[in-house]
Amino acid sequence: MALLEINNLKTYFFTRNGVVKSVDGIDFSIEKGEILGIVGESGAGKSITGFSILNLIDDPGKIVAGEIIFNGINLLTLSEEKLEKIRGNEISMVFQDPQTSLNPVISIGDQLIETILYHNKKVAKKDARKTCLDILKLVGMPAAEKRMGSYPHQLSGGMKQRVVIAMALLNNPKLLIADEPTTALDVTIQAQILYLMKKLSKDMNSSLILITHDIAVVSQLCDKIAVMYAGRIVEYGRKKDIIFNPMHPYTKGLVACLPKLNDENDRLYQIPGIMPSLLNLPEGCYFKNRCDYADEECNTYPEKKQIDKRILFCHKVKEN
Amino acid sequence: MSQSQRKLVEVKNVVKTFSVKTGTFKKRDLYALNRVSFDIFKGKTLSLVGESGCGKTTIGKVILGLHQATNGLVNFRGKDISKLSPHKRGAIQKDIQMIFQDPYSSLNPRKKIKTILEQPLKIHTDYKKKERLNTILSLCDNVGIDHSYLNRYPHQFSGGQRQRIAIARAMILKPELVLADEPISALDVSIQAQIINLMMDLKEKYRLTTLFITHDISVVKYLSDHVAVMYLGEIVEYASKKQLFNSPKHPYTQMLFSTVPDINTPLETDSVLKAGEIQSPIDLPQGCFFANRCPYKVPSCSAAHPEILDVGDNHLVRCPNC
Ligand SMILES: Nc1ncnc2c1ncn2[C@@H]1O[C@H](COP(=O)(O)OP(=O)(O)OP(=O)(O)O)[C@@H](O)[C@H]1O
Ligand SMILES: Nc1ncnc2c1ncn2[C@@H]1O[C@H](COP(=O)(O)OP(=O)(O)OP(=O)(O)O)[C@@H](O)[C@H]1O
Ligand SMILES: [Mg+2]
Ligand SMILES: [Mg+2]
Repeated sequence: MALLEINNLKTYFFTRNGVVKSVDGIDFSIEKGEILGIVGESGAGKSITGFSILNLIDDPGKIVAGEIIFNGINLLTLSEEKLEKIRGNEISMVFQDPQTSLNPVISIGDQLIETILYHNKKVAKKDARKTCLDILKLVGMPAAEKRMGSYPHQLSGGMKQRVVIAMALLNNPKLLIADEPTTALDVTIQAQILYLMKKLSKDMNSSLILITHDIAVVSQLCDKIAVMYAGRIVEYGRKKDIIFNPMHPYTKGLVACLPKLNDENDRLYQIPGIMPSLLNLPEGCYFKNRCDYADEECNTYPEKKQIDKRILFCHKVKEN
Repeated sequence: MSQSQRKLVEVKNVVKTFSVKTGTFKKRDLYALNRVSFDIFKGKTLSLVGESGCGKTTIGKVILGLHQATNGLVNFRGKDISKLSPHKRGAIQKDIQMIFQDPYSSLNPRKKIKTILEQPLKIHTDYKKKERLNTILSLCDNVGIDHSYLNRYPHQFSGGQRQRIAIARAMILKPELVLADEPISALDVSIQAQIINLMMDLKEKYRLTTLFITHDISVVKYLSDHVAVMYLGEIVEYASKKQLFNSPKHPYTQMLFSTVPDINTPLETDSVLKAGEIQSPIDLPQGCFFANRCPYKVPSCSAAHPEILDVGDNHLVRCPNC
C-alpha cells in the first residue's frame, strides 16, 4: 500500500473575479521511502498541492473534490483536532516562505524546543534542547549554540531556511513536504542539505515530496517526478524517463531552459510566452499557445495516456 | 579612464557589525562585513556570489541606506552616501532601487498590485493617469505579469509571481542602479531565463547598472561583466567574468563551480561530507576564514589572515597559495 495516495484532488479559490482552479484534478502516489519531485512553472499549483495535503487551505480557497489517503486514512475526512496531531509530527512541511513558520518575537531555540514539546510533553526540556542543537548542526547552522538565542530578523535568508528545515525534521516525520527548501542556499550548503534529506529518507524509510523549480536538484534526488502546468499534472513518471527522455513539450522546454556552466550561448533558451492566468485558460490544452507542435487537435484537452510507466497528457505524443 | 569605465559606485573598506545576544546577559559583535571594497561601473553588472550568511544582503542594504556602515565609504556618483538613510538622499533615492530577497515581506499586503506599481510613478514623475497605466502595462508584459493580475493583492500570488511583481516595482522608475538580491532564485527555470534575458535587455536599453546578488554561479555567466566572490563577510576573489570562469583561483570559488548541480551528476556524497562547517562571524578565526573547509590547507593558513592580492590583470585573490 502506498504511504500517500492522491486521487482527483481539486483545490479552488472562489475570488471576486472568478474561480481560480489552482489544483484541478491531480493524481499521484508515493511509497514508503520514496522521493517524489513536483516541478513546474511558477503559479502552476505546486505549493497549493502541498498545502492541500495538510488541509491548510484558507478562505476563499476550498478543497472541492478528491481523496488524500495517508496510511490508509482519507485525511479529508478527519477532524481538525486529529489533523493537528498529524501535522508537524507524522507529516511535516517546510514552507516556501520561511517567514510563515517562524515567530518573529520568539528566539529560534525556543521555537524549536516548543515544536518537540508540543507533540511530546514527556520530553525533559534539557533533552529537547540538546536534540534541537544537534539538528541545527546537522543542517549546517554556523555557531549553532550561539544562534539558539537569535531572533529570525537577525538571521540571513539561508539561515532562516535552515532553521525551518531543522524544525520540520525534529519529530522524524513519515512524510516530509519540502517546498523550495534550498532556494536561498549556495550550492555547497544546498548539496549538504539535500544529501541529509536523502539520507534521512533512506535511513528512516520515510518519504519526501520535494517541490522545486530546480530540475537539476530534482534529478539528483528524486525517484519519481510530476510536472505541473496551470493546475494540472501534464507528465508523471520515473525520474530517468522524465529528465532524460521528456515527452511532453512543456517538460522538454523546462529541461532545455537549464542554465549550463559550459554553455556557449549568450542568451538562455526560454519557452516562448507566459503561462495563462488561471482565470483565463484557453479552450483545450492549456499549453497550446506556447507549443511548437500544437494544431487543431489541441483545441480539446488531451486524454490521459500511459506510455510504459509514464502518464502523459498530450495529443502530439503517440504511443511507440 | 574612458566614459564606459566610469565608476558609478565605489565601495571602500566597508565594515558592518551587529550587536547580538549570545546568552542571557551576554552581547557580542557579529562581523557581517569585513572591509569590503569594490567598484561598479556605469552600465555594467557586477555579480556578488557567496554562501548563505556571508553578508551579501547586508552590503546591498548599506548601499541602499537601510543599514549604515560601521566604517568605510560608499561613493555614488562621487558622493559618500554611506551614512545617509534613504530619505536624506534627495534625488539619489529614486536612482537606487533594490529587489529584495524576500518577495513576501517586501510587498504591502493591503495594496493592490496596480497601486504598488503606480505609487512610485505618482511620487517621482509627473505622468498623467493614462501614461502611468501604459508604463505599468508595458512593464508587466516585459516581466511576465498577466494584466488581469493588477487588481489582485500580494497574498493571492505564488512565490514566483510575487517575485516578478517585486522586480517590476524596482524597475518602474528606470533607476540608474539596481541592487538585485537573489531576484530569480525563487523562480522556475523558464521564468529565470525570461528574467535574465529581460535584465540583459534593460541593461542594453537604459545602460542599467546592476549589483546582482546570488548564490547561483551558473546564472552569473549570462549577466555579469565582473564577479566578486564573498566568504564570511569579505571578498575572496574578484575578476572579470571571463577570467573567473576560465580560471577560478580561490579554493572556495573552485568548490562553488564543482558543486553546481547538474542532471547528469549524482549528489556528490564525498565532497558534500568533506564540506565542513562554516565559521562563525561572531568568533572570526585568526587565519584564513576558509581554512577549515579548504582541501589545500597548509599549517600557515591558520596562522595569519591573508590579504587580497592582484595575480595579474586586476584578478584579485585572497589566498597566498594560488
Ligand atoms: N489566496 C489566493 N487567492 C486566489 N488565487 C490564489 C491564492 N493563492 C494562490 N492562488 C493562485 O493559485 C495558483 C497556484 O499557486 P501556488 O502557490 O501553488 O503556485 P506554485 O506552483 O507554488 O508557484 P511558485 O513556483 O511561484 O511558488 C497561482 O496561480 C496563484 O495565483
Ligand atoms: N539585523 C541583524 N542583526 C543581527 N545580525 C544580523 C542582522 N542582519 C544580518 N545579520 C547577520 O549578518 C550576517 C550576514 O547576513 P546577510 O543577510 O547579509 O547574509 P547573506 O549573504 O545575504 O545570506 P543569504 O544568502 O542567506 O541571504 C549573518 O550572519 C546574519 O546573521
Ligand atoms: Mg510555490
Ligand atoms: Mg541574503
